[in-house]
Amino acid sequence: MNISNEELLKIYKTMVTIRIFEQTAEQNFLQGEIPGFIHLYIGEEAIGAGIISQLREDDFITSTHRGHGHMIAKGADLKKMMAELYGKETGYCKGKGGSMHIMNFDLGVLGANGVVAGGLPIAVGAGMAIKLKRGDQVVVSFFGDGATGRGAFHEALNWASVYGLPIIFVNENNQYASTAKYERVVPVKSIAERAKAYNMPGISVDGNDLFEVYKVAKEAITRARGGGGPTLIEAKTYRLKGHFVGDPEKYREKSEVEDWWQREPIKRVEKYMMENGILDKEKKKEIYERIKRDVNSAVKFARESSFPKKEDALSDLFVDDFKYDY
Amino acid sequence: MKEITYREALREALREEMLRDENVFIAGEDVGIYGGAYAVTKGLYEEFGEERVKDTPISEAAIVGLGTGAALIGLRPVIEIMYIDFTTLAMDQIVNQAAKFHYMSGGNVKVPWVLRTQGGAGRSGAAQHSQSLESWFVHIPGLKVIAPSTPYDAKGLLKSAIRDDNPVIFVEHKMLYNKKGPVPEEEYTIPIGKGIIVKEGKDVTLVSYSKEIDEAMKAAYELQKEGIDVEVIDPRTLKPMDFELIFESVKKTSHLVIAEEDHYTLGVGAEISAKVSEEVIEYLDGPIIRVAALDVPIPAARKLEKRVIPDATRIMDGIRRSLE
Ligand SMILES: Cc1ncc(C[n+]2csc(CCOP(=O)(O)OP(=O)(O)O)c2C)c(N)n1
Repeated sequence: MNISNEELLKIYKTMVTIRIFEQTAEQNFLQGEIPGFIHLYIGEEAIGAGIISQLREDDFITSTHRGHGHMIAKGADLKKMMAELYGKETGYCKGKGGSMHIMNFDLGVLGANGVVAGGLPIAVGAGMAIKLKRGDQVVVSFFGDGATGRGAFHEALNWASVYGLPIIFVNENNQYASTAKYERVVPVKSIAERAKAYNMPGISVDGNDLFEVYKVAKEAITRARGGGGPTLIEAKTYRLKGHFVGDPEKYREKSEVEDWWQREPIKRVEKYMMENGILDKEKKKEIYERIKRDVNSAVKFARESSFPKKEDALSDLFVDDFKYDY
Repeated sequence: MKEITYREALREALREEMLRDENVFIAGEDVGIYGGAYAVTKGLYEEFGEERVKDTPISEAAIVGLGTGAALIGLRPVIEIMYIDFTTLAMDQIVNQAAKFHYMSGGNVKVPWVLRTQGGAGRSGAAQHSQSLESWFVHIPGLKVIAPSTPYDAKGLLKSAIRDDNPVIFVEHKMLYNKKGPVPEEEYTIPIGKGIIVKEGKDVTLVSYSKEIDEAMKAAYELQKEGIDVEVIDPRTLKPMDFELIFESVKKTSHLVIAEEDHYTLGVGAEISAKVSEEVIEYLDGPIIRVAALDVPIPAARKLEKRVIPDATRIMDGIRRSLE
């Protein structure tokens, strides 16, 4: 494995951060502290962390309604993240976006998206711009299995391939599109097969295996950065939590979920690290405690922050303030 | 009369029409096994089976196209777009295709579908899950648009919509699903295009629809205490709109306020206002006031959402302005 211990440790910490951030958000949502709806990435952390860790700061991503993990992996500040979930003025979007619409250009996050497959054409636009400006950045576009039912998915892959754009399309196949099981609404065995139709490489990997994800992403990123065009990666995974927090989950068996908990990515990477002397009980405890502290202070920050002022509802509509009369 | 929720009323309408006419079927995301994102179709999959209650891929354009194709050859599809925000993804199919077919074919073909969707704010769904886009469809010739505010209206109008031979956009409101109200045991329908006077009054006409009606009624009762007698009208159908009912009321009160949850500029209220100015302006003794959502996207934070969506207080201010 060409992944240094140091890098592995860093990715591992990102995965644990995402997990703890979301477990905390889940709890606090259920206590009624967070408005709206939130969708958890729990169980899918190896994908976001394993891929985004290999990006440069000036690379871009587009994300989904299930975007907390991507955002954290791209370097988001936990305080501003949590504050946005709480709808506070100190959040990334000053409380206007909420969980589903967090975005931040400085981090290269061109948007979580409340519209399924909404990010794919935007990724193509970013890829096009990079090419026009002769840049060497890449764009990673994340989307779910359900997103592949939309025309936007097909239009984006076609376009990216025609113009050889530096994009890595990452399908997080967590086997459900809200309540619809994969086989009921997708006719191909693997999303990666779709790549054929667009004449781009299509690879399917175990998305719960950090090392596999890391490896195929490395190749795809290298190819994209070198002008070799887009790649479609299917990372097979499983959504361990409901579609949204509060989902009664009547469309699947508990045993299926329990089964997948046995294959969840963090435990797997921990096992590898323990066996190879990269991690021990002591160090693990230290890492968890540290991250819990960080997440708790993010919660404290979010709780103590003010709500936006009523008048703020009218700001940020246009870049120039031309005294629009609402 | 029994008391049931708006959600149950819609479900009864769907069920009764499916029993009555085997050409009626349902298609949409999560409508089958799950019973719909807002549980309207719950139980119908079990009762009518997979063929008539179809879970679809996330393919909004295809959902509407499928409805049109099936309607063209004799079925009566009730298609569901989970959020009105996502009708944007099916605009070609709704606006350029379904709405035009009857006309373009010189009356040769018809598209008897109902597109059920839901809109509105109130759950911090933010900018992509809280909009009220009904005026877009009102603008398009060839579509009928319904936006009921009570269980009684929801049931009676949905049944009429399903029996109607034209494409009908049926806009529910996410904050109304649990609203209870009386619904008769026996069969009934409500004619499309007929509004009602929800509360009689003589000082000012207040037109409102969908969930905003509840704020309108609060405002009316508050103002009653100040001696202002508000007449509240719910057109229920936005296209064709029952303008006669509004004109008659305006002739009586000489004042008009429109309260709506869609955006102020070019919203449903703009049309009502224009129409009243064209037809009965001589009866007016004050400005027509529109109380609508502010012209910004709907923000996530509750406090901001509240600022943007008009409540009873803002409606009362609007009424006072019209009477000044
Ligand atoms: C265009 C559009 N249609 C429907 C929805 C409602 N919706 C939100 S998430 C979702 C399922 C998405 O499934 P998938 O793409 O597999 O992502 P996952 O939730 O599994 O991560 C649906 C139907 C939406 N947000 N956007």
